[in-house]
Amino acid sequence: MTAAPDHTPIMQRPPLAVRMEPWIPVLLVPALIAIGFLAVGNPTSWLTLTVSGLAMGMMIFVIASGMTLIFGLMDIINFGHGAFISFGAFVGVSVLIALGGMTGVPSLALNLLALLAAVLAAMGVTGILGWGFERVIVRPVYGAHLKQILVTMGGLIVAEQLIHVIWGPREIHIARPEMLKGAVTVFGATMEKYRLVAVVFGAAVFVAMRLVLRRTKIGLIVRAGVENREMVQALGYRIQRVFIGVFIAGSALAGLGGIMWALYQELITAHMGNEIMVLVFIVVIIGGLGSVEGAFIGALLVGLMQNYVAFVEPKAALVSNIALMVAILMWRPQGMSPVIKV
Amino acid sequence: MVRFLLSGDGPRSLVLSVIVGAIFLALALAPFLFPGTRSLEVAARIAIFIVLVASYDLLLGYAGIVSFAHTVFFGLGAYGVAIATSNMGRTWGALASGTLAGTAVAVAVAFVIALFSLRVRAIFFAMITLAVASAVAVLVSQLSWLTGGEDGMNIQIPRELTPAFRLETEVFGTRITGRILNYYLVFVSCTVLFLLMLRVVNSPFGRVLQAIRENAFRAEAVGYRVVIYRTVATCLSAGIAALAGALFAIWLRYVGPDTTLSSEIMIDILLMVVIGGMGTVWGAVVGATIFVLAQNYLQNLMKSASDATSALPLVPDLLNPDRWLLWLGVLFILSVYFFPSGIVGRLRARG
Amino acid sequence: MSDPLLSLRAVKTDIAQYHILHGVDLDVPRGQVTMLLGRNGAGKTTTLRTIIGLWQPHSGDILLDGENIARQPPATIARKGVALVPEDMGIFANLTVEENMTLAAVAGPIDQGRLDWIFSVFPPLRTFWKNPAGNLSGGQKQMLSTARAMIEERRLYLIDEPSKGLAPAIVSTLARALRDLKLAGATILMVEQNFKLAKALGDHAAVMDDGRIIWSGAMAELASDASLQERLMGLSMEHA
Repeated sequence: MTAAPDHTPIMQRPPLAVRMEPWIPVLLVPALIAIGFLAVGNPTSWLTLTVSGLAMGMMIFVIASGMTLIFGLMDIINFGHGAFISFGAFVGVSVLIALGGMTGVPSLALNLLALLAAVLAAMGVTGILGWGFERVIVRPVYGAHLKQILVTMGGLIVAEQLIHVIWGPREIHIARPEMLKGAVTVFGATMEKYRLVAVVFGAAVFVAMRLVLRRTKIGLIVRAGVENREMVQALGYRIQRVFIGVFIAGSALAGLGGIMWALYQELITAHMGNEIMVLVFIVVIIGGLGSVEGAFIGALLVGLMQNYVAFVEPKAALVSNIALMVAILMWRPQGMSPVIKV
Repeated sequence: MVRFLLSGDGPRSLVLSVIVGAIFLALALAPFLFPGTRSLEVAARIAIFIVLVASYDLLLGYAGIVSFAHTVFFGLGAYGVAIATSNMGRTWGALASGTLAGTAVAVAVAFVIALFSLRVRAIFFAMITLAVASAVAVLVSQLSWLTGGEDGMNIQIPRELTPAFRLETEVFGTRITGRILNYYLVFVSCTVLFLLMLRVVNSPFGRVLQAIRENAFRAEAVGYRVVIYRTVATCLSAGIAALAGALFAIWLRYVGPDTTLSSEIMIDILLMVVIGGMGTVWGAVVGATIFVLAQNYLQNLMKSASDATSALPLVPDLLNPDRWLLWLGVLFILSVYFFPSGIVGRLRARG
Repeated sequence: MSDPLLSLRAVKTDIAQYHILHGVDLDVPRGQVTMLLGRNGAGKTTTLRTIIGLWQPHSGDILLDGENIARQPPATIARKGVALVPEDMGIFANLTVEENMTLAAVAGPIDQGRLDWIFSVFPPLRTFWKNPAGNLSGGQKQMLSTARAMIEERRLYLIDEPSKGLAPAIVSTLARALRDLKLAGATILMVEQNFKLAKALGDHAAVMDDGRIIWSGAMAELASDASLQERLMGLSMEHA
């Protein structure tokens, strides 16, 4: 057997600007933090705001990651994603209230145990709801975007109303577990303990997701499916099962985000999911539909922006994020790191 | 004559013609047929929502664009009138300039959103409009120096349109008041706007829009600039929504975030379009009428049903009049699945 | 042709409202290379996609070793040992070469011996093993797509126009790889417009027109009869 001629193209080292290009979105986060420093002007406030911005960003990421994966893999825009946020919050808070004996005592172990129970319950219930939602609401309208938007919106309305039926029409206040109350002071800046926990937890979710997506076969199938569903099937994988799995996981992540948000605000309403979804949409769009990494960067940008601007000019917070979205779309019309071909 | 007014696109179904005719007559004679403040409120609301919903259908049903920012345009028209009258006093000039200014701003905003998001990706449009709508709602409730914030603004309208104004004449035994004149201002304007939209969707422009909705690639290939058509449709729809908003403000003599900008109103519009029938304009008439009537009268029924079943578990909660959106939501999902052409489509299919 | 590996019997496939296949009858003999020839739009790609289930036939039977696989989902058919190298190559551009190959090895971890063989016929895959497949050149993508099919022993290889748009040097690399595969006893059904390549690799030929098989027989017979070629395929064929 003769050796085949080598077709290796000459790999030239591209200029620095080209090699840096994929990293520009990543650099936007420190850039925004630096701009925030100049805008806020006061180092301790800036540190406090940065931490709460990151905490908020992490929670939005947890919610947005599921949404963006569901879109990437199945081409489904789920306007009902917000319902899972609300349901997660209500289920988790109910568990925390029921376990009041564990959350009210100053024992870190008991507090965390109660929190773990709440998280598992919230994710379990929203996962099951996601499974039902996929079967009943979404399945019949695969491939029809207009109907999808309408039907998932309808699902959102029904889910919100069901929360009213089950938990009553009032908002519910929830106290954080004893050991997560209060704040710590670092370099003169006060940081709520819970926000630090949220940052760490959100980062852990991101790392775990990345590991699953990069290092496992199921992750490979999901990433490949985002690019080319047909080929994944032709290689021998039942994409429908992967769809359902991702839909359930995405819904459970929204539920997780819901309980995290509940403890952040210490107040929950049936409508909270819908309110958060506005930021989630912005994140998903600027991150690039289908991209978990893009959603992560986008979420941090949105969370930081929201907090810095709210400090400088409270009225402009949401508008500033829309401006951020507009700016990023002007720069990259498909979002920062899209994986979907249009 | 009638055919000309309807642009040759009548209800095309006997049952539908009867229904639409009955609605038209009822609205035209509402002050005399249904005396009482409440029923006149309901009638005016129906007329305005028919226009608002039809203008939304222009986008959703004819152009295949899902927007969640329609309330923004509706609100711009309403706030235009409110801000103009609060600065210029209770004059006709203030009403006119407020209406025009509100409409112009609405068209401009629609133009920017359309140019921007229709260019990027169709599916972004729904998400971007949703974000814009909630940002506007937040802004309006915060900029209280201009908009009255959460409290909204009371609107001073010319005396001739207020209940305090009374004519000597009586028609069918009813004294003509400014309130009735105001109603007819609403009714006539809405009729004109509705006929105008009927004309638009049956014009060559409307047919191109439908071709784009069916297959954007083919329309583009045949030589139509899809983006331009969609942008014009978005602007037109926004302008008419703003006019409806101005009428709503003049009629209510009040504007606030809850009456024009809330996401509840947006959901109402969606429900009306889908239940009435997307892409038919006539669907707006049926959808808005049924919805507004249900909103005003069905809730009483639910309350009595809820009270009657109070001994049962959960059922009274489900039948609670505050939960009526639950049932509408279910109805909405079922309509999208099984009757995507809505009531009007069903009636027409039966011939 | 007494015991073909794959038999299509009166297979009809519609795509949207269009009838594409009007009743295809085709036998693919075991351990040999069958070339599917014909004009553009004759239904060759649709035939391959119908066999692996990416399009569902609305009638007819597709027998793989006697078992009817028509209307089974593509994943099930693929797991029975049918591999597709699609016309557009179906590369996952955001995945590395390694990840593309790992996915293609459905049965388990990649067999090192087979991988070494693949590296020997397609050296660039070794060079760019850890690089995103999207960065490969067109020819290298075709190599990757073919290698994905070769990474496990399959009962049937469906290969759709591998030479399309490639430089002659790369076409000959591919031809060598496919000849290796053939020598290893593989059953291949291949769509090819490059008649020279088809003639060199093919044992059998089937010619399609307007959604039907209009001729089938030995490749040598078709190759030696210019007037038959002319009649079956018109002038659109590249003559050798």
